[in-house]
Amino acid sequence: MSVAVRFEAICKDFGPVRVLHGVSFELSPGRVYGLLGENGAGKSTLMKILAGYEAVSEGQLLIDGQPQRFGSSRAAEAAGIVLIHQEFNLAEHLTVAQNMFLGHEKTRGWLLDEKTMHEEASRYLKQVGLDVSPATKIRDLIVAEKQLVEIAKALSRRARFLIMDEPTATLTSSETQRLFAVMAQLKADGVTILYISHKLDEVERNTDEVIVMRDGRFVTRELTASLTRQQMANLMVGRELSDMFPAKVPLAADAPVLLKVDGLSVPGWSNGLSFEVRAGEVLGFAGLVGAGRTESFEALLGLRTRSAGTISLNGKQVNIRTPREAMINGMTYLSEDRKGKGLHVNLGLRENLTMMTMERYARPWLDLKQEKAALAKAVDDFNIRTGDQGSRARMLSGGNQQKLALAKYLHSDPRVIVLDEPSRGVDVGAKRDIYFLIHRLAAEGRAVIVISSELIELIGLCHRVAVMRAGTLQTTLGAEHLTEEELIAHATGTH
Amino acid sequence: MQPARTDTTTSSLTKLGARIKGFGPVLGLIALCIAGTLLNGDFATIDNLMNVLTRTAFIGIIAVGMTFVIISGGIDLSVGSMAALIAGCMIYFMNQLAMGMGGDLAPITMLVLGIGMALVLGAGFGLMHGLLISKGNIEPFIVTLGTLGIFRAVLTYLADGGALTLDSTLSDLYSPVYYTSVLGAPIPIWIFLIVAAAGAIILNRTTFGRHVQAIGSNEQVARYAAINVDRVKIATYMLLGVCVGIATVLYVPRLGSATPTTGLLWELEAIAAVVVGGTALKGGEGRIVGTVIGAILLSVISNILNLTSIISVYLNAAVQGVVIIAVAFLQRGRK
Repeated sequence: MSVAVRFEAICKDFGPVRVLHGVSFELSPGRVYGLLGENGAGKSTLMKILAGYEAVSEGQLLIDGQPQRFGSSRAAEAAGIVLIHQEFNLAEHLTVAQNMFLGHEKTRGWLLDEKTMHEEASRYLKQVGLDVSPATKIRDLIVAEKQLVEIAKALSRRARFLIMDEPTATLTSSETQRLFAVMAQLKADGVTILYISHKLDEVERNTDEVIVMRDGRFVTRELTASLTRQQMANLMVGRELSDMFPAKVPLAADAPVLLKVDGLSVPGWSNGLSFEVRAGEVLGFAGLVGAGRTESFEALLGLRTRSAGTISLNGKQVNIRTPREAMINGMTYLSEDRKGKGLHVNLGLRENLTMMTMERYARPWLDLKQEKAALAKAVDDFNIRTGDQGSRARMLSGGNQQKLALAKYLHSDPRVIVLDEPSRGVDVGAKRDIYFLIHRLAAEGRAVIVISSELIELIGLCHRVAVMRAGTLQTTLGAEHLTEEELIAHATGTH
Repeated sequence: MQPARTDTTTSSLTKLGARIKGFGPVLGLIALCIAGTLLNGDFATIDNLMNVLTRTAFIGIIAVGMTFVIISGGIDLSVGSMAALIAGCMIYFMNQLAMGMGGDLAPITMLVLGIGMALVLGAGFGLMHGLLISKGNIEPFIVTLGTLGIFRAVLTYLADGGALTLDSTLSDLYSPVYYTSVLGAPIPIWIFLIVAAAGAIILNRTTFGRHVQAIGSNEQVARYAAINVDRVKIATYMLLGVCVGIATVLYVPRLGSATPTTGLLWELEAIAAVVVGGTALKGGEGRIVGTVIGAILLSVISNILNLTSIISVYLNAAVQGVVIIAVAFLQRGRK
């Protein structure tokens, strides 16, 4: 009934980039595992292989001792393995019951057997402690409920091995507690759970054993009880944290304010946000998902409607309505969504680099030679590793894509730089490069704002960290008060 | 630790594959020409080739403009109807001038005014499309499907269901624009070449061209990169409108009249030329040279059918349809 999983020397290539380098370990049934690793460590890829979403390039996967190659997620489901995605796989316009039986509809003759499906759906919803009617449309549920529907759906497919990718990222703390209660119940029923999370306190409380991956390799496995959170963090990063961050340079007492925001309000997202950042300063923005950080800065750039607020750049009040006006005024914003908003992955490196500053190369015909020279310089300056400067951006690894995105957004030589999750999805080496770049930008007298969900990063980089919760600024902590506990307390409102 | 690169032979192989694919339309055209020559000795004559190219010019010029619209992620279904309406308006306007509204204007001036009006109308229609699509936030498919109907209905109304025929004095003066040869080639071929060359330069060597590709590749990324997406989109539809205007200016002297069937199905041929030329219908990338070859390829097919009796000429559109689907089949999987 239970599923034993064994990875043997699993390798995975995406184009020319190898993201998994011979990963081997085994998971015995009926336990809760925490899978730890930085962004880009290969956790998600490995789990997608296990759940049938990706094929292995080399190596093999053994289920109950038998080599298996799942051709689809459906094949993995048939073996009892289900992955619950970070962004759910639910059809918003269909009902809970319709989603649970999607692709597995029960029929009576040629017609759907709605009655049986409803009854079964109710049973599984009850099992996960979700009190909604199976006839409710998914779009009417809140995120936490959707999560439970996903789990109920997995159970309805007789899941014996549940993979959960960052399940608590968007949940409030009471919702999180409910989820953990469900997980404990599942474990008691003999279901194996593999739980991917960055929240080390949750990993510490809810798992039996942790497995650490780094840069596409298996690093180690330890009983959870034998590790401290600090040890987990060090294992993930693979070096002492102090080595990752350059020493902070104290701010000059007379450093001028470069950006001052007063009473910024974004309908539905934030209310009365005020802050300022000075030349040479790195200001962090912490908060949970949905706290309104990204949306506030998008509104600041004119990418969203703002209902109130004044912006002063370099002491001069400005009215910014488009990203172009922001750029002309010396402010730039790099989105957290690299492939969706930051880079044209299907265009070349050169086209990406000069996209925001074409007027420099057009007179009026584009000077391709000058563009190429600019790319060669950027590749050098930003340490972008690419075999071929003529290739497309999608051929780069995550870290190098991010460096290219940084080069693009810094190409206009901005004075105020807003970086949203600058180290998301990049390997440790690239992460360190990015931290040192941020440090250098500040040292050059620019103002840098870093929005990040990685507390370690905020603590290591920033002079001050502003904490947002539910659209309002809770507090701004100076370097001397920066601890994970303090940041979490303000972000969750339990201070 | 950087992710290791696997062996480089695969990437150079795929590059070679991509290069061959890029030449696909050219190879197809060469194969067709060889077949045409073998099937009928008249195919490879200069007269016939000039004839084919002149006929290609209308669709080709429109297809160059269409390439921009499609690369930016849009579509324009109305170009055939638009050409018909522009032709009708142009003839109506010039006839009015000739009948006395123009006073003492020289006929040549009336002609120039008519031509100018055709281009302005094209740009105006394009502007209207662009505004409805970008500022109005309506799907390009819907907007241009609507105007496809509107344009042709208005022309039919203006022509009272029949034909609008150009004043004979003006017609005599105008017809050389279609029938005269300069340096051995008819004028429409030269205009087609100029439009295509200008299109290629604009697409590959100007900020506007780069922005068109950026928007088609990923509109959201373009917006975040401080590109004025609406303005670029409007400009692509205006550019196409002007191309339709130019094509109409060359088309009117051929018959000297506009009827409800003028420009019928041109949208299909223009879009087909773009797609056969290797531009992805979902936008992001494409080449003007490809479009030119695509347009020529399609008219060579119909020419060969005309010259030979293997397949009935009535099946011309069917053969073109097969070619389009075959090309799409070969391009499938290209992301």
